[in-house]
Amino acid sequence: MMILKMKKEDLPAFLESAKEWGELWGPTTKEGQTAYSKVDGLSQMDLKATRTMIPPKKFLYPPRFTMFDFDEEGFVERTGDVPKRILFGLHPCDIHGILIMDKLFLETYKDPYYAERREKTLLLGHSCIPDDKCMCFATNTDFVAEGFDLFFTDLKMFYLVWVGSSRGHDLVRMRADLFSRNLDKNDILNYTEYRKWKTAQFKAKIDLTGMPDIFELGYNSPVWDELAEKCLSCGQCSMVCPTCNCYNVVDEVELGTAEGTRDRFWDSCMFREYSVVAGGHNFRDKRADRLRLWYTHKLQAFIGEFGKPACVGCGRCVSTCPVDINVATVSKALKEQEVGK
Amino acid sequence: MKKLCVVLDEREVQDNPFQPDMWRIVRRYPLTSDVNFYQARPVDVDEALKMNYLPGQFIMLSIPGEGEAPFCISSTPSRPGLLEFCIRKMGTLTSSLFDLKENQTVGIRGPYGNSFPIDKMEGKDIMIVAGGMGVAPLRSLLLYILDNRDRFGKVTYLHGAKNPGEMLFREEFFQLKERDDLNCLLTVDKDDTGKWTERTGLITTLFKELGPIDSKNTYAAVCGPPVMYKFVMENLVKLGIPKHQILMTLERRMKCGVGKCGHCAIEYLYTCIDGPVFTYWDVLHMKELIGRGVSDKVIA
Repeated sequence: MMILKMKKEDLPAFLESAKEWGELWGPTTKEGQTAYSKVDGLSQMDLKATRTMIPPKKFLYPPRFTMFDFDEEGFVERTGDVPKRILFGLHPCDIHGILIMDKLFLETYKDPYYAERREKTLLLGHSCIPDDKCMCFATNTDFVAEGFDLFFTDLKMFYLVWVGSSRGHDLVRMRADLFSRNLDKNDILNYTEYRKWKTAQFKAKIDLTGMPDIFELGYNSPVWDELAEKCLSCGQCSMVCPTCNCYNVVDEVELGTAEGTRDRFWDSCMFREYSVVAGGHNFRDKRADRLRLWYTHKLQAFIGEFGKPACVGCGRCVSTCPVDINVATVSKALKEQEVGK
Repeated sequence: MKKLCVVLDEREVQDNPFQPDMWRIVRRYPLTSDVNFYQARPVDVDEALKMNYLPGQFIMLSIPGEGEAPFCISSTPSRPGLLEFCIRKMGTLTSSLFDLKENQTVGIRGPYGNSFPIDKMEGKDIMIVAGGMGVAPLRSLLLYILDNRDRFGKVTYLHGAKNPGEMLFREEFFQLKERDDLNCLLTVDKDDTGKWTERTGLITTLFKELGPIDSKNTYAAVCGPPVMYKFVMENLVKLGIPKHQILMTLERRMKCGVGKCGHCAIEYLYTCIDGPVFTYWDVLHMKELIGRGVSDKVIA
């Protein structure tokens, strides 16, 4: 892949020119909470923040949107009102999360709503500073080699810039004067040093090897019931997980008419009615069953199908779950057959 | 990397898989007190023969404003032009369906799902076991086989209902009973009419009447209420039918039908695209396929 070099002080000018393509969005921190916001430039962004509360999936797959307008005659697709956006500052885990969403939404039966937003969004990654909640080293998502248009690795004085797509290359060409192809020995040494530094930052203790077998063995484990005693079924884990894709669909009718919209919104398999069929039979009535489904899907099923976990190690479940149920505590509880305090 | 660039840069324009087409209800009548039979065809009649499907597949049916849900197809593709459904009044959408009259329209998209493995079943003996509403998808298979009778071996059809009044397609099956190329055994749990001329007792009692079975050469297809599976599976395994030749079609909550919304997930499978037809061999691996407890019993 093409790797270029850019002076760090040139980033604002580059982003300014990139804005010609579309709206610029980046991580901003207000009152201790980091979120992607529309920004004018680099000065408003917080590139040191480890994670946003909600992953960037919300841009490709909004929490709620209208799929169709309908009346008695039928359904009319609603697409086309999506702005062009540049997302700057995505971390490797988030890009891995989007790659998993791509698998789900763009392969068999391509989802036109996701595809449209994906097409109208440029992903500009940025290297990150891991904290004690980061688990990407255990999910093999601490570095990323695809899925982005550009990826900026911060090497103090310089950025090394990976060019991941033709469109990313177009952005570079808009300010070709800011980029250099001449990489020397020091760049390689600096990059090696950076990788070493990053790998040394991880504090979390987590090991996901053998998880599919441990899940299979632990299917009837009382650990699930113990975890379920604590779980509030609030579904926040699904909202903040970069790879939770489940949704619900509802028809909203304009009062007094036959017109309305068919809307799609984020759902969670933690919710009681998630698996209820007509007549009221619930395939997952017990909270333990729903909890197991969530974690099975992240740590067993996806590995079985794609050879990697659906968890990208972003640590959002760790920072979000009010009762400390997360990938780290659940995998540990299953392995040790004991729910930690 | 290359692959992703293709996805992003050369996106082919595709139809929206969530887009329902409008179909007209052309006929409807009650099968029992709470189950209606519907026939539908596309509003645009030129589209009528373009609906290609296989027995065991399902469609997503919408009423604008009431919502959308999966329904199995009860008709056979060997009689093209119309789709047929049996629908039990259960919730909001099905209640609205009950209020629909002939010539009103509904949204339909599909067909979805993997279908019965017709190619593999050809040349084999077939045993179909239907309980209650389970006849809805199995009628498609049975009629398909009868319409292509010379491509299959011996065909046995076992049908159980609670009582004569609850039996779906009663007249149709009494007529099929007269065919000499089909072994059609009908039973009710209880005869509350005093006029029932067929067997009485649970569907498993019919197994005693089966003659010798060429079990290795037999495909069985089962659909019915969850409680039925346990006992029927025991009987089929006892007969010696290989586990991967015992087929069942399952019901799950679905919001998309195309593997996106997640509701029908069972481990790494989606009932909508990997099913709804699964084998008993799948069930042994996927503990949640036919429900906890049920599959545990079957394994034991």
